[in-house]
Amino acid sequence: MITKTGLIEIRWHGRGGQGAVTSAELLAKAAIDEGKYAQAFPAFGPERRGAPVVAFDRIDSRSPIRVRAEIRQPDVVIVLDPTLLRVVNVTAGLKAGGILVINTRKNFEAIEKDFGSNWKLALVDGSRIAREILGVPIVNTTMLGALLKAEPVVKMEALIEPLEERFGRLAERNLNAMKRAFEETTVKE
Amino acid sequence: MGKKVGMEVSLAIAEAAKMANTDVVAAYPITPQTHIVERLAELVANGELDAEYIPVESEHSAMSACLGAVATGARTFTATAGQGLELMHEVLYVASAMRLPVIMSVANRALSAPLNVWGDQSDLMAVRDTGWIQIICENGQDAYDNTLCAFRIGEDKRVLLPVMVHVDGFYLTHVIEPIEIPEQDKVNHFLPPFSYPLPLDPDKPLTMGAFAPPILFSEAKKAQEVNLRAAKPIILECWAEFAKIFGRQYKPIEQYRTEGAKILLLTLGSFGETAMAAVDKLRDAGQSVGLLKLRLWRPFPFEELRQTVSGAELLIVVDRALSFGGPGGPAFSEIRSALYSEKKRPRILGFVGGLGGRDLMVAEFEGMVKRALEMKPSGAEQEFEMYGVRE
Repeated sequence: MITKTGLIEIRWHGRGGQGAVTSAELLAKAAIDEGKYAQAFPAFGPERRGAPVVAFDRIDSRSPIRVRAEIRQPDVVIVLDPTLLRVVNVTAGLKAGGILVINTRKNFEAIEKDFGSNWKLALVDGSRIAREILGVPIVNTTMLGALLKAEPVVKMEALIEPLEERFGRLAERNLNAMKRAFEETTVKE
Repeated sequence: MGKKVGMEVSLAIAEAAKMANTDVVAAYPITPQTHIVERLAELVANGELDAEYIPVESEHSAMSACLGAVATGARTFTATAGQGLELMHEVLYVASAMRLPVIMSVANRALSAPLNVWGDQSDLMAVRDTGWIQIICENGQDAYDNTLCAFRIGEDKRVLLPVMVHVDGFYLTHVIEPIEIPEQDKVNHFLPPFSYPLPLDPDKPLTMGAFAPPILFSEAKKAQEVNLRAAKPIILECWAEFAKIFGRQYKPIEQYRTEGAKILLLTLGSFGETAMAAVDKLRDAGQSVGLLKLRLWRPFPFEELRQTVSGAELLIVVDRALSFGGPGGPAFSEIRSALYSEKKRPRILGFVGGLGGRDLMVAEFEGMVKRALEMKPSGAEQEFEMYGVRE
């Protein structure tokens, strides 16, 4: 990617309890471990299980991040829950030429019918992968794999330590789900 | 230099309290301070921090328990936010008047009503006159570092005052960012053990905070005032020593691109970094703009303020709190007052913005500079405006 300045801004869409905030956190930790500047934060406020939530990452390979405010024009949007596509305007502010990563069983044609073709699309059936590998349809770590396929914001290895720190003995399964999603994600420019 | 790790700022603050070997934590959880005290409770429960964690039924009790703990000579930490700080308000005065160095993080939050849990400095401004040393942080590293410094400053025998370390709720507390956590032995070297000169002791009973009739009260208050002002050189000494050991130098007022600046923005807390980005853009566009960031709120840094504004023609103070019906945002009116007797002083205008978690973006700081240049106030009550409010 994608940006002239070296700054990539990412917005995660999920539902409370699905781990969007955790994903944002893991990604920022991996980027910082790689020596980059990064920031992760939730949309501030009370937490509500099941309600639509957003979380954000800023990752800058060159200079410290100064802005402390929500991301209004992201370069990348990641949607963890396909049911959000109908209730939340997930592409709000998404820059032209930006990337839309979606957990969905639909194909490019179906998604483009709903969202147009202004964006690079990365699609994967993350819920199936998570059910198969993790035994639960919680796709936050799985979708990190889809993101990395669409845009290598960090190296996959950089996520191992943050995953181990967060999930302990369950880290390996989460890593496997992430790798599987990386393999299965299809990308259309 | 240690390695930077990605860490939530709240957890870094808890880590600082842990590495300071805090003996007692008494706290009541409240958004957005929650992650700080949850983490401390966890550290005490799993044995990583050998401390007494006192779960209390309110913030009033939290601060009261902290007073008792310090009086026995225990290193004591607590944290609160917004309504919680208001609920402990009356006890705050007792901590400073009795020279009990409680160390407290405040996750700055709006005050009700309407109910709002988001970032705002109304709580900070409401405790201005409680006699505490008050430091305002602009990022996570600052929050970790100044939590450590707070113990050393407050517990210094020449000071013995409680210290508040202010961190903007959510804007700092809930952000994961690169923070350098030093080695424990460096922290031990920087922060000597707490040795309270007259601890409560059943074998040597004494009375603390007794009754003072009119014939004594003014003297007690004068002593407190002299003591708080006298803390400033010790704060500077602490920051100099911190810089020697950890390589980061803190100042009462930080300057950013102020060389030759005709226009100065002045911010408190987490506005600082966003305002830096705005200053970069304005400088790139050829405007003579710099930034001052006020870190030390009490004791107020009069001398540093005079020095840093001396070359400017316009000073724009940005508050995240309002003084209803008064002379502008609280920081604005203090700064205007602090410069009133200067023969040569900049024109001073103020904005109040970002209340209750409203973001101020880079463009909005640029907009304030533009607006300040247009303002033609007639009278002090017109020298400030609320910024970005929908009419």
